[in-house]
Amino acid sequence: MSHRAWPSAGVLFQRRSLEKPVLIIRSNLLQKPGNLAGVRHIILVLSGKGGVGKSTISTELALALRHAGKKVGILDVDLCGPSIPRMLGAQGRAVHQCDRGWAPVFLDREQSISLMSVGFLLEKPDEAVVWRGPKKNALIKQFVSDVAWGELDYLVVDTPPGTSDEHMATIEALRPYQPLGALVVTTPQAVSVGDVRRELTFCRKTGLRVMGIVENMSGFTCPHCAECTSVFSRGGGEELAQLAGVPFLGSVPLDPALMRTLEEGHHFIQESPGSPAFAALTSIAQKILDATPACLP
Amino acid sequence: MHCRSIYDRKSLKRNRRESQSFGPRFARAHSPLFPRLISRGRRIRLCPQGGNVRQRVPVTTKAAKATEWRRCLTTVQGPTAPRRAEGLHVRDAPTSGCALLERGPLRTRIALLDIDICGPSIPKIMGLEGEQVHQSGSGWSPVYVEDNLGVMSVGFLLSSPDDAVIWRGPKKNGMIKQFLRDVDWGEVDYLIVDTPPGTSDEHLSVVQYLAAAHIDGAVIITTPQEVSLQDVRKEINFCRKVKLPIIGVVENMSGFICPKCKKESQIFPPTTGGAELMCQDLEVPLLGRVPLDPLIGIQEFCNLHQSKEENLISS
Repeated sequence: MSHRAWPSAGVLFQRRSLEKPVLIIRSNLLQKPGNLAGVRHIILVLSGKGGVGKSTISTELALALRHAGKKVGILDVDLCGPSIPRMLGAQGRAVHQCDRGWAPVFLDREQSISLMSVGFLLEKPDEAVVWRGPKKNALIKQFVSDVAWGELDYLVVDTPPGTSDEHMATIEALRPYQPLGALVVTTPQAVSVGDVRRELTFCRKTGLRVMGIVENMSGFTCPHCAECTSVFSRGGGEELAQLAGVPFLGSVPLDPALMRTLEEGHHFIQESPGSPAFAALTSIAQKILDATPACLP
Repeated sequence: MHCRSIYDRKSLKRNRRESQSFGPRFARAHSPLFPRLISRGRRIRLCPQGGNVRQRVPVTTKAAKATEWRRCLTTVQGPTAPRRAEGLHVRDAPTSGCALLERGPLRTRIALLDIDICGPSIPKIMGLEGEQVHQSGSGWSPVYVEDNLGVMSVGFLLSSPDDAVIWRGPKKNGMIKQFLRDVDWGEVDYLIVDTPPGTSDEHLSVVQYLAAAHIDGAVIITTPQEVSLQDVRKEINFCRKVKLPIIGVVENMSGFICPKCKKESQIFPPTTGGAELMCQDLEVPLLGRVPLDPLIGIQEFCNLHQSKEENLISS
């Protein structure tokens, strides 16, 4: 039963006779309290629609929090399209078992940033994960309960687009650990904003606090003439934040340097401090740090 | 969420677990849970009489199943072509754009089916927000953009634009089944099916349900970056696994021409050769490249079908 390490307490109370009730403690309570017990804050990155840059924002947010001195883990729950290993240059790495469960993949020697994704578990990188809901739910529960994250300041959870099995399974699995909140990513166009409104409803219905909205792909500055063009319209994210009454965390512009570092698996925050997206991403990370309640040691 | 559909919750609960799933077995990290999941499951039985899904009669022969689906889709004369791909802007705009073009001067009759249940964007893109689906004796009537372009989406069944569709797989499959069976498309030449990103319940279901009705193929949409291409390779493998012919790959957001200086920039750089090299490696046709066009992003696009068509033809 090692894969079912329920963190909540449960005691069976059995009456053997009227005079002497007997207390029976379930054996699995005596096991470890859960591998997420050492994680201080959990942030989910959601979006109503695909292609808005959730994985990009999750990756860069994690790198920016690491840059600010925090210990960060990234959990990639997008089982059909795991892109984060490629973005961080970790493709081809293996997941090993340790005494506390599955060991996440560490991206640096200091072990300040760790990653778990289904991409590490596939035999070939081009293998398609074509699963229905129950199997995906089971793997997500395993990612939450069996991965030995250790002591982390932040766990950033990258979700697939939509409001489906994976989201419900993730929220159910993470509920006992009280996630800090959800970061909702959108692009400025009305089409994307329309779907993100549904995502906000989903957060409300599941009781997940929305930490804020991030508008990605917000404008492109031409490298030849420095003219800023709104490739995907403008202002949609900010208007949505006002309408829904949630904080607007910032706009991240389209930046070819960011795209290139993601392609090559380099760390954008370290390598391109002068690019337009750097300022936006670091300011979003700072707002997250400011919004995080101080924890007792 | 309130959804106006003739939908039987009890019959879906009976068929909660669906069996067929393709996928890798884990080589390294193994859990005792997985063998149990793989061995479990029942096949969904299709209703041979059509109509209400409450009448569940097991279909014993493949020929009987094929006859039923052909009857339901008998009015769809031409090819049916699901379009699969990466994400929103990547996929929906080319799908709706192609639907608009295909209906062109030859008055080809097109049906556009949006099976992205969680994020239905086609009504917004086609300027049909707020439209309703009516039920007649012959079934559900799709919403018509023009007299030869009909659209069906779950977006028309939601009572508010803020309503979230928080459904698990079986319920989504039931909705897709209803779309395929109960919508009265009339006489159409092409049925274009817009799918959500990934390889999930919706993709498996639509391929299974349409298998007997002969899908002509899939068009896969991607962007030039490797992060997108690696997911598209998985998609191509999925199509090959389920024996779905691939019509070709379309590379979207392929270059941006600055409206001021008219010079081209690569916002999504093809560091590994883009879709062209991937198509050569996997022996799949590359149908074309669509550049980034700011006109696609503006809200007025939803209402300006005619001008959008002219821009697509001219660019």
